[in-house]
Amino acid sequence: MSVGIGRESSNQKKDMSEKQRNASAYWRENVRYLFILLAIWFTVSYGAGVLFKDALDQIKVGGFKLGFWFAQQGSIYVFVLLIFIYVRLMNKLDKKYGYNE
Amino acid sequence: MTVQTWTYILVGITFALYIGIAIWSRAGSTKEFYVAGGGVSPLANGMATAADWMSAASFISMAGIISFAGYDGSVYLMGWTGGYVLLALLLAPYLRKFGKFTVPDFIGDRYYSNTARMVAVFCALLVSFTYVAGQMRGVGLVFSRFLEVDINTGVVIGMVIVLFYAVLGGMKGITYTQVAQYCVLIFAFMVPAIFISIQMTGNPIPQLGMGSTVNDGSGVYLLDKLDGLSTALGFNEYTNGSKSTIDVFAITMALMVGTAGLPHVIVRFFTVKRVKDARKSAGLALLLIAILYTAAPAVAVFARTNMINTVSNQEYADMPDWFTKWEKTKLIKFDDKNGDGKIQYVADEAINELTVDRDIMVLANPEIADLPAWVIALVAAGGLAAALSTAAGLLLVISASVSHDLIKKVIKPGISEKGELWAARGAATVAVIIAGYFGINPPGFVAAVVALAFGLAAASFFPAIVLGIFYKKMNKEGAITGMVVGISLMIFYMLKFKFGVFDGGKEAVAELTKDWWFGISPEGFGTIAMVVNFVVSIIVLQFTPSTPKKVQEIVEDIRIPSGAGAAVDH
Repeated sequence: MSVGIGRESSNQKKDMSEKQRNASAYWRENVRYLFILLAIWFTVSYGAGVLFKDALDQIKVGGFKLGFWFAQQGSIYVFVLLIFIYVRLMNKLDKKYGYNE
Repeated sequence: MTVQTWTYILVGITFALYIGIAIWSRAGSTKEFYVAGGGVSPLANGMATAADWMSAASFISMAGIISFAGYDGSVYLMGWTGGYVLLALLLAPYLRKFGKFTVPDFIGDRYYSNTARMVAVFCALLVSFTYVAGQMRGVGLVFSRFLEVDINTGVVIGMVIVLFYAVLGGMKGITYTQVAQYCVLIFAFMVPAIFISIQMTGNPIPQLGMGSTVNDGSGVYLLDKLDGLSTALGFNEYTNGSKSTIDVFAITMALMVGTAGLPHVIVRFFTVKRVKDARKSAGLALLLIAILYTAAPAVAVFARTNMINTVSNQEYADMPDWFTKWEKTKLIKFDDKNGDGKIQYVADEAINELTVDRDIMVLANPEIADLPAWVIALVAAGGLAAALSTAAGLLLVISASVSHDLIKKVIKPGISEKGELWAARGAATVAVIIAGYFGINPPGFVAAVVALAFGLAAASFFPAIVLGIFYKKMNKEGAITGMVVGISLMIFYMLKFKFGVFDGGKEAVAELTKDWWFGISPEGFGTIAMVVNFVVSIIVLQFTPSTPKKVQEIVEDIRIPSGAGAAVDH
């Protein structure tokens, strides 16, 4: 693991700050993805499955009341999708910033 | 062939398989023992995580609980799957990059403090021990019902098997046995589910069958029929719950966050090669878990409808074979209060004549639906796979906490690799014996405490780890105070409202319901304790020395996925 940033010699300093800028840009984009994905995570489970369950139950899809379906089926499907979307986004981001391996 | 012969054959084959794998993949170094050498493929790790995660509670109890709770059961479905989103997005990749062996390792190094490490070891042991005792009990239950051995003999057999492959193989042995156990348990859960779905709705996919019409030509949707049956007998409508919205919210949150904070789940992500593998295997794990978790609510609906149809207002003398068999285990009780020889199964306690233990729904389901003997035996093998795989994962956390976090890092830092490996094996052995003891002599409250283990994990680990990654400045004073306050508050609330310790014991618990803070049950209180942990950590940070520069640099480094290397002990 490379924790030896402080031990770099001085002629590498400029190179270092470049590296740090790259790292913090990567981190900002990562955190932005997290906010968006977690907002969806919250909406399908706590929103559709709990808080707005009664309203959504007025809509029926096949034999399912929609709110009930979100609470016992739909939210779980969305969770799985979210992680795979995250994996794709992050793999792309890793490539963009040169962290792919 | 009888069910019992089939059970002996299937359980025998699966056990031989687990032992064979353990011998083939035994661990030779501490790295292999703790993290399987760090070279497990994402798919194998995903399967192992899924088996590790799905315990006797998921396999045996969950569908039964939902069957009786209806919509209220959603807290388990969402709570025990949604946590993986948090795990994949907020924890797994960074902990993998950090590259250590255990969760206390991360807490101890990130917060540059052995006190923090000790607090984390305490939390890990508390969570894992309460959890593992429940698994041993599950093993005993399956043995006693299907092989008709004494429940204690069942626990001992389970102990010997787990001891054999956990002690010999460490994480490496456990990982590959868990892969096999996942296959066994998912097959065992899905086969009866598919059979019953076809029987009741004509749709072979249980997840869809649940929303289909009943297979009797009436054109009525199954869920509507069940709602009707439930209300006619005085129960809540199945698709509507009886819990308050805020409590449903809090319990779901506590279970999600607790899932993400459970050490035996987190540690699985130390076993893969790269950071991107950690992300991917979290996704695969949830996909594999979701197969069971989306089928379970369907099984719950089928079982509930089947059961009401079979027993309600029927002659007791006409009850099928399975009814009397389960009556013998005292998990079904019939008391003919009005003496008419018929079974009145209703919500009103005064005239209800039938009590059914919710734990038997999955185990009895194939019999209720009159499925072939081999399917019933398969369920027994699946229940055992689920209980054993989780027990093994937990035992590893316990043994690593003792041999690595306690002995190697604090008590005797100069210990040799070989010595540490023996210490790990010794700790695993002692842990199995303690777990077995609690399996044989369950301290009445095991089941309750297992549910609360999530609250404890949510109140302690989750905030400390998330802040450690996402808040560079978080210091040891803040994190330690947060963990101590969070877990103490959780323990206090448990003792007060779950066990009635301060108000005259268990009898007082029902009375205390109206005093719940914000109307939140002990099961959901982990959410509040977690928030308190976060707030306390951030307040204490303002008044204490800031984090050393060097530690902040480590945090910057774990945020970058490349260069993870193997999990090393540096």
